[in-house]
Amino acid sequence: MSLKEKLLSSYIAFEDYLEHDSPMHDVRNEAIKAFENQGFPTKKDEAWKYTSLNALLKEDYSLFPKKENTVEMKDVKKFFLHEIDTYKVVFVDGVYSSFLSETTHDKLDVCLLSSALSKKKYEPIMETYFNTIATKDSLTSLNTAFAKEGAYIFVPSHVEADKPIEIINLATGNESATLLQPRNLIVVGENAHVQIIERHQSLSSNPILTNAVTEIFAEKRAHVDYYKIQNDRAEASLIDHTYLQQERDSVCKVHTFSFGGKLTRNNLNFYQNGEHCDSILKGITILENKQHVDHNTLVHHISPNCESHQDYKGIFDDSSTGVFNGKVLVDREAQKIDAFQQNNNILISDKATINAKPQLEIFADDVKCTHGCTIGQLDEEALFYLRSRGIGQKEARALLMYAFANNVLESVKIPELKKRINKLIAQKIGVSLGFDL
Amino acid sequence: MKKQKNNMLHIKDLHASVDDKDILKGISLDVNKGEVHAIMGPNGSGKSTLAAVIAGKDEFEITKGDVLLNGEDITELDPEERAHRGVFLSFQYPVEIPGVSVTNFVKTAINETRKSKGLKDMPAGEMLKKIKEKADLLEIDRKFLSRSLNQGFSGGEKKRNEIFQMAMMEPKLAILDETDSGLDIDALKIVANGVNKLKSEDNAVIVITHYQRLLDYIVPDFVHVLMDGKIVKSGTKELAYELEEKGYDWIKEELV
Repeated sequence: MSLKEKLLSSYIAFEDYLEHDSPMHDVRNEAIKAFENQGFPTKKDEAWKYTSLNALLKEDYSLFPKKENTVEMKDVKKFFLHEIDTYKVVFVDGVYSSFLSETTHDKLDVCLLSSALSKKKYEPIMETYFNTIATKDSLTSLNTAFAKEGAYIFVPSHVEADKPIEIINLATGNESATLLQPRNLIVVGENAHVQIIERHQSLSSNPILTNAVTEIFAEKRAHVDYYKIQNDRAEASLIDHTYLQQERDSVCKVHTFSFGGKLTRNNLNFYQNGEHCDSILKGITILENKQHVDHNTLVHHISPNCESHQDYKGIFDDSSTGVFNGKVLVDREAQKIDAFQQNNNILISDKATINAKPQLEIFADDVKCTHGCTIGQLDEEALFYLRSRGIGQKEARALLMYAFANNVLESVKIPELKKRINKLIAQKIGVSLGFDL
Repeated sequence: MKKQKNNMLHIKDLHASVDDKDILKGISLDVNKGEVHAIMGPNGSGKSTLAAVIAGKDEFEITKGDVLLNGEDITELDPEERAHRGVFLSFQYPVEIPGVSVTNFVKTAINETRKSKGLKDMPAGEMLKKIKEKADLLEIDRKFLSRSLNQGFSGGEKKRNEIFQMAMMEPKLAILDETDSGLDIDALKIVANGVNKLKSEDNAVIVITHYQRLLDYIVPDFVHVLMDGKIVKSGTKELAYELEEKGYDWIKEELV
């Protein structure tokens, strides 16, 4: 039985658990149909030209891990930003772990999608937001059909979240291969502020495939600062779909740090619904061995007088491959927008590959759109400069790689997180330079 | 070679090429401890190549000849190994390294050099004291030290920063490659003063320049004229004045 068939037949069993007369049930039915009609994407789909899921789909995934697998905090502490106090929503094999989490309903809601989906008081919010900006493509639909758990964050108007929120998805892999489908909903009210850190982490060498969907709504003047740390084990793969809808004067930033995992696909979609929005998409990708990371971004400029800023840096060693597919879509009404897109790559090895494909579709006539893409090697002159100061070749190369990626780090606003990322970069490049980068 | 006790750099019949194009065509030069040598010459004569070859840039291939530092053949050494033995090159175009502060860079350079000699890192207090002392010598503002290396620096700031690194690393042989270009007269005086303060009986300096101006402040013991990959004339500092006044053509004529 193919994975598709397995999923379709599991849906019938899954339905038995659901309330059949809830509006959610109709949403799920529609979604599973969309998945059934489209199937898994193949390389024939333009958006998946450089990323093949074939190998991943051959695994025999367990779809519903049987029980909560207990994980001790001491074993996973390193995956948390433990240097500072944070809210935590933690899942183990897709199941909420109250033991590892620290949620709240005081001033803001940091809790679970399962309660938001089932409790009466959340109904209006779910109707307004849930599944409204997620697209109907096959993998998002697959997630929607089975969506039952994830983080639910609601920051009311004029509230500034008092500490960052971590969403951590742990996979034990205890039941051999596992397919996880977390679903997050984040609503940030008018003039509210929030910082969120998201992480997917496998704890064993069994194959994990995560098909995640996150919807984020930024109301007027809201500030959303979202960080994705992708440093998973070599057997774990992630297909992420993140959708952000911005109302006027809101500022949304998403930083994606892709250092690990087998295959990572980031579908990052921004919709600027109101004027004077600012969207910032930044990424550092450092890969080795046969790792594969595909950044597929969309910034949809729907309204006038907005800005978007994309800056992705990639360093590719061994036989790793990178894809950057950045689309900027400017509607006819979206006059006076300023869209910037930059993608710079360094290939360390002859066998590494990068496929870069910027796409600009502009229907307005008074806009500023800039894009640039470079693919190169480390600068020999710069290497010589560092070595002539007594710095060994390996360290000199590392220093240059760090310098190359550095400006993406400047906008990381949580100092402890920045330190952590620096450490991960140093580890990834494999050097100790005797000072904190 | 007659082994001189105070010889710092011994270059004999040095030929070097890049992409099979000969740039240095038989250079011989002896620099002793305590000496300042100036190398002058028109554009494209090979001055910067000579500096880069001494510092170990592997873009250039040494096809013939010797380069000895304190009696040791250094032609097969990596640039960092030469640095560890006391060679310092002040770059004409210093490279920008975003995200790495001047202080952290200098610390790394010093500690990597110490490591190569089996020494532990310089204690933080000592390092701080030294940084303060050398920054003062070159009239460098404290804020400057926490900026990213060379990023957004003016031409003058970059050169001053090069000499600051030199002051910190205390090289045996310092090669200043057109350190005067891009400097106004005040900055030039500060830089020259720094170099003069660092000079001792134990080290040596090679100054590469187009203009005699710098040599008013860093007074050379010897001046060499490099043309078409060869040293065609050597003399004392008066030669520099003569070049300033008459240009290089008269030397060409003399050679014919």
